Amino acid sequence: MTNPLPHISIALVGNPNSGKSTLFNSLTGLNQKTGNYAGVTVDKHYGTYKYNNTSVTVTDLPGTYSLFPKSMDEEVACKALLSEGEKVDVAIIVVDASNLKRHLLLATQVIDLKMPCVLALNMIDEADKSNITIYVSELEKLLGIDVIPIDSRNKKGIEDLQKAVVKAKISNTVFYNFEKQKELLPDCASYTDIIKEDLSVKGLNTNAVNDFELADNIHRFSTINYIIAKCVKQPQHVNKSVTQKLDQFFTHKIFGFLFFLLILFIVFQFIFFIAEYPMSWIEDGFLFLMNFTSGILPKGQLNDLIVNGVLAGISGIVVFIPQIALLFFFIAILEDTGYMARASFILDKLMRRFGLNGKSVIPMISSVACAVPSIMSTRTIMNWKDRMITILVTPLISCSARLPVYTLLIGIMFAGKESLGIFSYQGLVLMGMYLLGFAAALIAAIVLKYVLKTKEKSYFIMELPVYRKPQLQTVIMLVFDKVKVFLFDAGKIILAISIILWFLTSHAPGNAFSTIEKNALAQQTIKQVNKYELNSQKLEASYAGILGKKIEPAIKPLGFDWKIGIALITSFAAREVFVGTMATIYSTGDTENSETLREKLMSEKEYETGKPVYTSAVCWSLLVFYAFAMQCMSTLATTYRETKHWKWPAVQLVFMSGLAYLSSLLVYTVLS
Amino acid sequence: MSTLDTLKQGETATIQTFNDAFLSLKLIEMGCLPGETVKLAYTAPFGDPIAIEVSGYTLSLRKQEASTVVVSVNTKN
Repeated sequence: MTNPLPHISIALVGNPNSGKSTLFNSLTGLNQKTGNYAGVTVDKHYGTYKYNNTSVTVTDLPGTYSLFPKSMDEEVACKALLSEGEKVDVAIIVVDASNLKRHLLLATQVIDLKMPCVLALNMIDEADKSNITIYVSELEKLLGIDVIPIDSRNKKGIEDLQKAVVKAKISNTVFYNFEKQKELLPDCASYTDIIKEDLSVKGLNTNAVNDFELADNIHRFSTINYIIAKCVKQPQHVNKSVTQKLDQFFTHKIFGFLFFLLILFIVFQFIFFIAEYPMSWIEDGFLFLMNFTSGILPKGQLNDLIVNGVLAGISGIVVFIPQIALLFFFIAILEDTGYMARASFILDKLMRRFGLNGKSVIPMISSVACAVPSIMSTRTIMNWKDRMITILVTPLISCSARLPVYTLLIGIMFAGKESLGIFSYQGLVLMGMYLLGFAAALIAAIVLKYVLKTKEKSYFIMELPVYRKPQLQTVIMLVFDKVKVFLFDAGKIILAISIILWFLTSHAPGNAFSTIEKNALAQQTIKQVNKYELNSQKLEASYAGILGKKIEPAIKPLGFDWKIGIALITSFAAREVFVGTMATIYSTGDTENSETLREKLMSEKEYETGKPVYTSAVCWSLLVFYAFAMQCMSTLATTYRETKHWKWPAVQLVFMSGLAYLSSLLVYTVLS
Repeated sequence: MSTLDTLKQGETATIQTFNDAFLSLKLIEMGCLPGETVKLAYTAPFGDPIAIEVSGYTLSLRKQEASTVVVSVNTKN
């Protein structure tokens, strides 16, 4: 008979920039997963490893500076450590050996929770390089727990740490201010009770807890100063010349901004142009697969569902991978090197007035390519309100899916009138549309700054970490994690909606389709019936066609007819679908080439009056509509994934579509 | 007595006390303790936020936040 392996659950706790996540990667390798904590938007990273005969579950808690949380991330870390939810058997406290004083604040707090702990003295290599000597056994004696020097970047000391974890002990030393606790919080029997009190009274009158926190931290630091004096020998002047020199450049009035623009330019090139190649390979690959599957399966409903519903839907999800992977590749490097904090630092004043954050800039510029990776990249914004505003306004910026729609409409409006002096009309209007998108996003941000309420207090007190070489493993792990999260979390919502849209366009009430096909066959004897015309008739008869006609009264004031109505419904999948649907409706064939479609639209006349349908008023109205409307299920699914609440995608849908409707109404009324 | 936001680049000062209860809690856990020496390392291109050296590392904060920290400027010797 074999006994199941003994199992323990451990948590990594430490300041941001303590190298916690690198240690997590070193401990678990590829055995890690991303889940979520109940009720909050914070991702939960956990993994497993085996040591001797013990199976160990590791949770990488969000970085925190103390056990009195100042942000939602910190609150999650504290609650998890108090075993609210899953039980934590052992805490590994991760500290930066070259910055021990500040990191010991959290360390002594965790020790006071009276749980088994081990101190991982991380970045011991950097401390060595700066000529900082730490007397480990002395530190162990003063803290009352095992202290293991490690270098998580180079995977040194990991095994010693694993060995220490299975025999971790509770320290006998108490660090908190006992006198103050008796005076201010007489009902609390232990330090754990004080932390629980702080977590439960958040937002109420917390004076007693706050007063305790203040007195306790000052008390703690005087103890820490004693510990540092006993255990750490450091040179008078710590040599940080590399970071200082780099900072002079990266935060320079001119070079700092130029360098940031260069970074933006490179990121933009990759996700806008380079990503095109793998994206078209994916699309071609899926087209091949769809044709192949359609050929080997028996004809019928199931074939259509698998090929045009499921496979087409999956293709529409997988196609996002290149942009997500490339954007996160750059973001991981920028974060890992420490540059992101500087970018945030130099842009803070500029972005603050819009209710945004220095870290909102990269997501916003990236959304010129696509809002999906951009919304995912707002994770780097620590402040909840700034992050929500960035997520909500980012889809207003004109993305690459709008480009085919813009091109078609501008082509109709300015056919024959190619240029104004040296500028082409096309170029001018297109640029205007991009500016319109940015302006709308910034104005919406200002509005949201006053509308959004949060109990989290806003501040910009942020560590500027020393520059480090980016680590390939960290970068790759982040890219994999983001791609996985998108595929499986947002992906299933996108797939569900694409199957619904497929059903709406490929099914009709009663036997409408077979009547159309019969008629076509009957006509075939007279003249060759165009395949495209047949598709057009079918689309008109389908549920989507019926819906398009049903909404005509609502969109009439914008200058749209039912044909545009159908395209509005189908292009909820993605904006560029508008062009394909219009091509089907106008029987020009579902091709990439919009030339024939443009001519067809230009010659389209109203049935009763004989006037052209696509007047410049209609085109302007449509342009503005597509600039603002939330016509993208993938963005909504991603917003849901990133905010963990249906409220936010609903807000996006209502406010963007409302804005689009009103703007189009205004434009059409003024111009016609 | 002056406040942290009025320091000139390269100037050092000693933290005396704080004017804002919430920010003081945050600043103390970031190592800005009364009695600690701070140095204005550099400012952002628009003059705000600022970066200070304290407790052996670099911390950035907005001027408005720095104005809640009362310091005594160290005279050069």
